[in-house]
Amino acid sequence: MAQVNLKGTMTFSDEQAMLLDTATDYFRDKFPMAYVRDQMLSSSGYEQTRWDEMVALGWSGLAIPEEFGGSGLGLAAAVTIAEPMGRALAATPFLSTQLFVQGMLHGGSVDQKNAYLSQIAEGKIGTVALFEDSGGWDLTDVGVELIDGRLKGAKTFVVDAGVADWVLVSARRDGELVVVVVNKADLTGSTLEREVVIDETRRSYRLSFNGTPAAEVLGDASTALNAIRNAALLLIAAESGGGIAGVLNVVVEYLTTRTAFGKKIGGFQGLKHPTVDILIGLERTRSHVYHAASLLDAGEDAQAAIHMAKAEASDSFAFAGDRAIQFHGGFGFTWDCDAQMYLRRALWSQYSFGDAAYHRKQLAALLL
Amino acid sequence: MNELEEFREEVAAWLQQNRPAQPDFLLPETFMEVGTDSQFHFLRDWQQQVYEAGYLGMAWPKEYGGGGKPQVLQDIATQEMARLKVPFMTNTIGLNWAGPLILAIGTEEEKQKYIKRILSAEDIWCQGFSEPDNGSDLAAATTTAVRDGDEYILNGSKIWTSLGSFARYMILLAKTNPKADNRYAGLSYFLSPMDVPGIDVQPIRKLTGEYGFTQTFFTDARIPASCLMGNEGEGWQIAMKTLTFERGATGGQAGGLAMNQMSVSDVVELARRSTREGRPAIEDPLIRDQLIRFLTEEQGDRLSGVRAGIPALVSERPAAIPMSGKLRGTEHKRRLFQFALSLMGSNAARWVGDSHADRGGLWPRSYFNSFSATIGGGTSQVQANIVGERVLGLPKDQG
Ligand SMILES: Cc1cc2nc3c(=O)[nH]c(=O)nc-3n(C[C@H](O)[C@H](O)[C@H](O)COP(=O)(O)OP(=O)(O)OC[C@H]3O[C@@H](n4cnc5c(N)ncnc54)[C@H](O)[C@@H]3O)c2cc1C
Repeated sequence: MAQVNLKGTMTFSDEQAMLLDTATDYFRDKFPMAYVRDQMLSSSGYEQTRWDEMVALGWSGLAIPEEFGGSGLGLAAAVTIAEPMGRALAATPFLSTQLFVQGMLHGGSVDQKNAYLSQIAEGKIGTVALFEDSGGWDLTDVGVELIDGRLKGAKTFVVDAGVADWVLVSARRDGELVVVVVNKADLTGSTLEREVVIDETRRSYRLSFNGTPAAEVLGDASTALNAIRNAALLLIAAESGGGIAGVLNVVVEYLTTRTAFGKKIGGFQGLKHPTVDILIGLERTRSHVYHAASLLDAGEDAQAAIHMAKAEASDSFAFAGDRAIQFHGGFGFTWDCDAQMYLRRALWSQYSFGDAAYHRKQLAALLL
Repeated sequence: MNELEEFREEVAAWLQQNRPAQPDFLLPETFMEVGTDSQFHFLRDWQQQVYEAGYLGMAWPKEYGGGGKPQVLQDIATQEMARLKVPFMTNTIGLNWAGPLILAIGTEEEKQKYIKRILSAEDIWCQGFSEPDNGSDLAAATTTAVRDGDEYILNGSKIWTSLGSFARYMILLAKTNPKADNRYAGLSYFLSPMDVPGIDVQPIRKLTGEYGFTQTFFTDARIPASCLMGNEGEGWQIAMKTLTFERGATGGQAGGLAMNQMSVSDVVELARRSTREGRPAIEDPLIRDQLIRFLTEEQGDRLSGVRAGIPALVSERPAAIPMSGKLRGTEHKRRLFQFALSLMGSNAARWVGDSHADRGGLWPRSYFNSFSATIGGGTSQVQANIVGERVLGLPKDQG
């Protein structure tokens, strides 16, 4: 009873290793920081050519089973894309689309999966609309209503809603939780209002429904929501792991070039030791992420591992971003210093789908 | 069931059958705290028994007394010792750093002479690196070894010598050439006997009130010249190699537990038994949050150990996990025990010997003893320097 038993599994196939290599090179070459900064000013936040490239590489369909037109490599394969993507602070509809895929895969009927998933593998974009004005993270706390097949109410933090072909929306029908698909064409009647969010690489929207028709109702809402949430936690944690690696490099670069009092500032232990703490946070985060991904794909109970991955990633990334600002001195306080880019991403990620304290609370319920 | 699983069961069964009964005195938690003869004999007997059963030095070469078996078997045996919380192997310095060092660079004669008796605990080894005035800055060592015919004459003092009262041999870093071009080049490395006239040990009382390490004095002590390891002037390189074994950054250790320490699960259990404002402490949200933080950290480090074995997942900085292991693990334990005290309310103030102290006062003692690992073997601050400089390429502290 007293013993808290956690597993120690970690598997990583040659196929995953190749994907990780390819994705690392791809994001490093195609998303240099100047490019990422340019994209912050664009309306969709990314270029279609980049998305087409990613689709051509097969990344959209990695986690889609072969019978529905994907490559059937599971969510662990998507993790190997999310990590280097996060390192470059690249914003693409990859994450949103993966969440749509998981919701459909776990909550949809065979017909529904057939209808949507192969098109996703070919480049269509999906997203999820789960959060509401309270800012809470409980996915069953839903106020949007489905009455006679039409939606009423509002969702917030709908990422990439401006470009999505389909949106999975959580709602209540006679008090019962449902998840429905809304087509892009049907969104015209509802209002899509861009939210001003801390991470300027992201495109986030408030979606108000006023009788918007639902194209489909998924068979199993709670399974769908659970799958979406776990995928979100894992992919955000992976992306954060990448972000920590990225900001660590920015910090190390400055600490080995900037001089004060006649020596390189990295020689000062007040900077050196916390930078080692950033490294330790990075190592722990990556270990939690690849462990959780291994369990999930093996069909084992991954719940605790996923909460741990998100909690560790969130705190470690926020710490790294915070210290990165401080360690750049006056330059750290500027827009031009990349440290702010990482801190913004870290805070966005921390407060998406539950912060570290929230997940520790879930863990306490599971483990203590 | 495959062979490895069968082996795991075999070891577990043996350990359960043969584990020594709990003695009527408090056992030390690590080799750095062996302070009394009864503690020492208890632990030495246990090591001997484990060795004779074939569960120690399993992967060391057969011709020197090892088992000549694959490392994975020793790893399994060690894991079972940890899981079943049997006492640790007291000859830690011999098993885990002097032994692997001798196997790696020692002469045939040295291997024949020392290895088997390290495993059987017939010869206990200690380490003479630190000095009263020089610890972190090891290269500043001033203890001298002067060649005189076929002997060296030792003068000076080493300190914080763990197992110093029980050791037959010492790995010793001493200065052979005060006029060397640089301070590193003047150092040499010895496999020195302890039972010679002119070597005296003085037990030092630890912060817990117990004894555990010694100051070692050398006064014109003569040791055979054959005790020199390698050549004169190679002492620094050999000492650095020793430290890679000591800090676990290089494999090759004999295996077996080096310490018995509690984990987060033990603190969770304490939280279940303790109360806060009349309710079980485990129900307090702040305590729950802390316990989960510790569990997440412990699990993260454990998983990092697994990930270190997957090259594709450590390709960017392969040294990061092994080189930060000591820093991560020891600081985690120190903060864990510090926290454990806070679960007991005012009872946290009870010390060993108080009849109402939880588990005989083990908690505050464990917290105090946790500093042995954050200081011994290179302090956490020095470890952080090493990781920052060697893993991240940050500039050196000095100069
Ligand atoms: C329980 C125990 C067992 C031990 N067993 C042995 C043994 O068997 N054999 C042996 O040879 N030694 C042993 N030691 C000694 C141990 O290796 C040294 O105590 C340790 O290396 C620190 O050296 P010092 O005590 O001289 O401290 P100092 O070097 O004087 O350090 C004092 C403080 O300054 C800090 N400091 C020093 N240099 C730096 C730096 N460059 N940057 C930042 N901070 C710095 C340290 O972290 C520490 O906090 C043992 C120590 C303990 C506590």
